Amino acid sequence: MEKRGGRGIEIMEWFIAKIFAKYNYWVFILLMMIGFYGIIMKDNLIKKIIGLNIFQTAIFLYFISLGAVRGGTAPIVDEEIIRKGYTYANPLPHVLILTAIVVSVATTAVALSLVIRMYREYGTIEEREIIGKLREEGMSQTH
Amino acid sequence: MVEHFPVLVVVLSLLSSITIFIAGWISRKTPCYLSTATLLGQFIASLFILHHVMTIGPIHYRLGGWVPPWGIEYVMDALNAYILVVLLFLGLVCVIYSKRNIEHELPQKVVSFYTIYQLLITGLCGITVTGDIFNMYVFIEITCLSAYALIASRGKIALKASFTYLVLGSIGACFFLLGIGFLYSVTGSLNIHDLSIFLPPFYGNKVVRAAFVFFIVGLSIKMALFPLHTWLPDAHAFAPSEISAMLSGIIIEVSTYAFIRVAFSVFTVNFIKLLPVFEILSWIAALAIVIGSVLAIAQSNLKRMLAYSSVANMGYIMLAVGLSMSAARYPWSGLTPASMHILNHALMKGCLFLIAGAFIYKADLWEIKDFKGLGRRMPYTCAAFVVAALSMIGVPPSVGFASKLYIILASLEAKKFVFVAVLLLSSLLNLIYFWRVIETMYMKREEGTEHAHSSPVLRDEIPLSMLIPILTLSSLCILMGILWLAKIPTPILDRVNLLFGLVGGPG
Repeated sequence: MEKRGGRGIEIMEWFIAKIFAKYNYWVFILLMMIGFYGIIMKDNLIKKIIGLNIFQTAIFLYFISLGAVRGGTAPIVDEEIIRKGYTYANPLPHVLILTAIVVSVATTAVALSLVIRMYREYGTIEEREIIGKLREEGMSQTH
Repeated sequence: MVEHFPVLVVVLSLLSSITIFIAGWISRKTPCYLSTATLLGQFIASLFILHHVMTIGPIHYRLGGWVPPWGIEYVMDALNAYILVVLLFLGLVCVIYSKRNIEHELPQKVVSFYTIYQLLITGLCGITVTGDIFNMYVFIEITCLSAYALIASRGKIALKASFTYLVLGSIGACFFLLGIGFLYSVTGSLNIHDLSIFLPPFYGNKVVRAAFVFFIVGLSIKMALFPLHTWLPDAHAFAPSEISAMLSGIIIEVSTYAFIRVAFSVFTVNFIKLLPVFEILSWIAALAIVIGSVLAIAQSNLKRMLAYSSVANMGYIMLAVGLSMSAARYPWSGLTPASMHILNHALMKGCLFLIAGAFIYKADLWEIKDFKGLGRRMPYTCAAFVVAALSMIGVPPSVGFASKLYIILASLEAKKFVFVAVLLLSSLLNLIYFWRVIETMYMKREEGTEHAHSSPVLRDEIPLSMLIPILTLSSLCILMGILWLAKIPTPILDRVNLLFGLVGGPG
């Protein structure tokens, strides 16, 4: 009995070390996979874009969690912070992600405008229907 | 003075993009001239940079005067100076060609076309000159965003093609970003040179290896390496022709450059030796060559056929990159065949896509079977097509022959005889699909003209501003081939091999 209990604790420790202590990575992987699923499986183009956004946001969250320091303050140069020996968060990943967010917004904007144009052209935003209409026109040979 | 050119090349293009947008309000004629002037300036600057790099040494430019690990640094060495010259040359040729073609194809969108075209050039130059890996990501996204917009500009089916490219391209860029994140979490740096110093102790680390895989997959999407090429055919086929030429000749090549930069500058040769990655890559590339060529035969639309041929040609470049570690004997050592084929493919495919655009401009001809009698109607364009097609097949002394010869010699040295067979097979397949076009253009007569063959043929050439770029590219297909075989530009590529610590060099 005692042996099994010891093993149980071992498993718990492993679980805590791998899952709970690094929960940010798990959240990021989970979100990324949700986004990926959306991009691949959804037929609706708007839902594809939403999937893409979730996918990108997952990566942003990974970067942001990289820069976070437990108990760290905002990275502002201040006499008092230095004197009291506070730690501060790493600002660089956050700044990088600010740039990446701008890129992601631009991508979304282009994607949405493409969807609007396609809706005007084909009257639908379902991918399968658009491909069907293209086949009718005989202009697309999908491989 | 030349020290400032790397940043000027990028900034000039960006400013010109805004200027064109404003000037477009006043006059609809100016955008094309402004764009041509900018590209000419950039091209001359890039020649100066190449000369400086070859005679004096690499250029390091610190943006805002910040010291490298903290600030962004632009580094010009032999490889990116060479790529910069290639990309600005094709960009210049395409912009001269585009004047009449865009007025014809997109009469309502001339101003926005040139605005976005300059942004595309900004992004491409940025990818090449930068020495900071996050900066490279931003420029990759600028390039791709402008490419999406330019592809979609024709409307209709191009919209769907552009959307597919957007989704796949964004996934690729996200993988690249994730790779950067992994490297940053291990080393805490983003500067390429800095990373190559900090990384060696972590070469066994799983995070670093995962980062490498993410870089490979992300950039493979961008460069349309075989299993990830699905976005390419439609995007290349339905974009305006000069954009097809840029996409096929430059954009996917610059992604290959990004891959070479990441693999050899960030991870270095010592890391690549640890993993059989290049072995796997060269097999994938061989598959790409065969499947790309076979699919090209199956196409009835000329531009789609050329697009599949691009898939095969990316296979050539990646095969050459894959063999770069094992080929040591001069002159096909290291990265020489790969960098060679980047220029050669840009010339050949640029020329072919511009010609395909000429057929569309003149008579709205897309399908190969409609090309009957074109050889008499448009003699110069068709002659240029024959030259470029022979070059694709690999007839000496064309550029296609030079790069195929070098890749075959490299694979012989690596004792990979399968690749030799693949390359020869691919030449044969190239012959099949290009011959079909040439046959239709010259041999087959149009219906109803069979009795009137003695009457003078109505000549109907494209305007001179479109013809000159085509003829320039096609004559360069031969001229560069002779130069390569005479080993005149090889010192540049030897410098590249030296830079990355790859064996080789004369003597």
